[in-house]
Amino acid sequence: MMIRKLALAASAALALGLGGTALTLAQTAAPPTPASALRGPSSFAGIADRQARSVALFSEIGKVLTHPRCVNCHPATERPRQTDAMTLHQPLVVRGKDGHGAPGMECTTCHGKQNVDYGRVPGDPHWALAPASMAWEGKSLKDICEQVKDTSRNGGKDMAALIKHVTTDSLVLWGWKPGPGREPAPGTPAQFGALMQAWADTGAACPAS
Amino acid sequence: MAHTLKVNGATHSVDIDDDTPLLWALRDNLGLTGTKFGCGVAQCGACTVYVDGKPMRSCVTPVSTLEGREVTTIEAISGREADAVQKAWTAGDVPQCGYCQSGQVMSAVALLKEIKKPTDRDIDLAMNGNICRCATYARIRSAIHDAARTLEG
Ligand code: FES
Ligand code: FES
Repeated sequence: MMIRKLALAASAALALGLGGTALTLAQTAAPPTPASALRGPSSFAGIADRQARSVALFSEIGKVLTHPRCVNCHPATERPRQTDAMTLHQPLVVRGKDGHGAPGMECTTCHGKQNVDYGRVPGDPHWALAPASMAWEGKSLKDICEQVKDTSRNGGKDMAALIKHVTTDSLVLWGWKPGPGREPAPGTPAQFGALMQAWADTGAACPAS
Repeated sequence: MAHTLKVNGATHSVDIDDDTPLLWALRDNLGLTGTKFGCGVAQCGACTVYVDGKPMRSCVTPVSTLEGREVTTIEAISGREADAVQKAWTAGDVPQCGYCQSGQVMSAVALLKEIKKPTDRDIDLAMNGNICRCATYARIRSAIHDAARTLEG
């Protein structure tokens, strides 16, 4: 009994000690940005070199572009993925000739105009896969960056059109309101739009890797 | 609240919540029980109907999204493809228990409307969202080929 009491006291002391350490750390170090947050453009203002600032801004943008909410429907293969774990879409569905699925089983067979939470099926008025030329799955940030800017692959969008697309397209914006059971894309649409604008304003430079 | 549903050419007013699945409205309010409930989460295809002529899983289609749209169920599909599928299904004795079959037929007819002579792969891609617990898949596939031959003339 006595031994047990001693052991309890020791573990309580240990717990208190660890708690104290964590508290000290929290008071002295800046809290790290959680994966679900985005840094705004102003937090890159300290990078004097314009090109380096632009690259840093794109790296922040990349947190959104490489998130499961975006990559799942920008697949490198014929098959989209689903869930935060990015598993292959179930049932088996394919891109089809225009990104809307196979004849007889298009995206719209299951995906309606809006999320249906009780059925666990997300939705949007134009639910579809991104074109194969905009596949992001498995790509480096450098490759994604070059792809996004390339008007021969991005649907002929110049920078203004690209920013309009990512700030107003309902399927892009769905990434931040995906419904229960799916982690939203990091930050907010407004933060994402501001980062895109700042990236464009600094010359839209791409990372080296 | 009241919703106006256009089903099989007739207009109905049903007093149900906005997010009520079309499947419930069909079965419970309109008495159209040919469309079946299998999973409720778009994974089995038993509840397939057409909305504006295209297949949709009625278990995940809230009635509020159907304003001005036309629903067709297994009770009312018609046309050349439907006739060919019905004939091939009967000739091939396709159903076992039958539970999944109205969904299978809706998907098969939709496929044949788009592809007159589907390959095995076309059939796999169009039909793999329709699960059959009795595993009638081989008969479904040959009946679709059979129906395609009838349609060829
Ligand atoms: S009941 Fe709708 S897909 Fe299973
Ligand atoms: S015939 Fe029984 S589930 Fe398909």
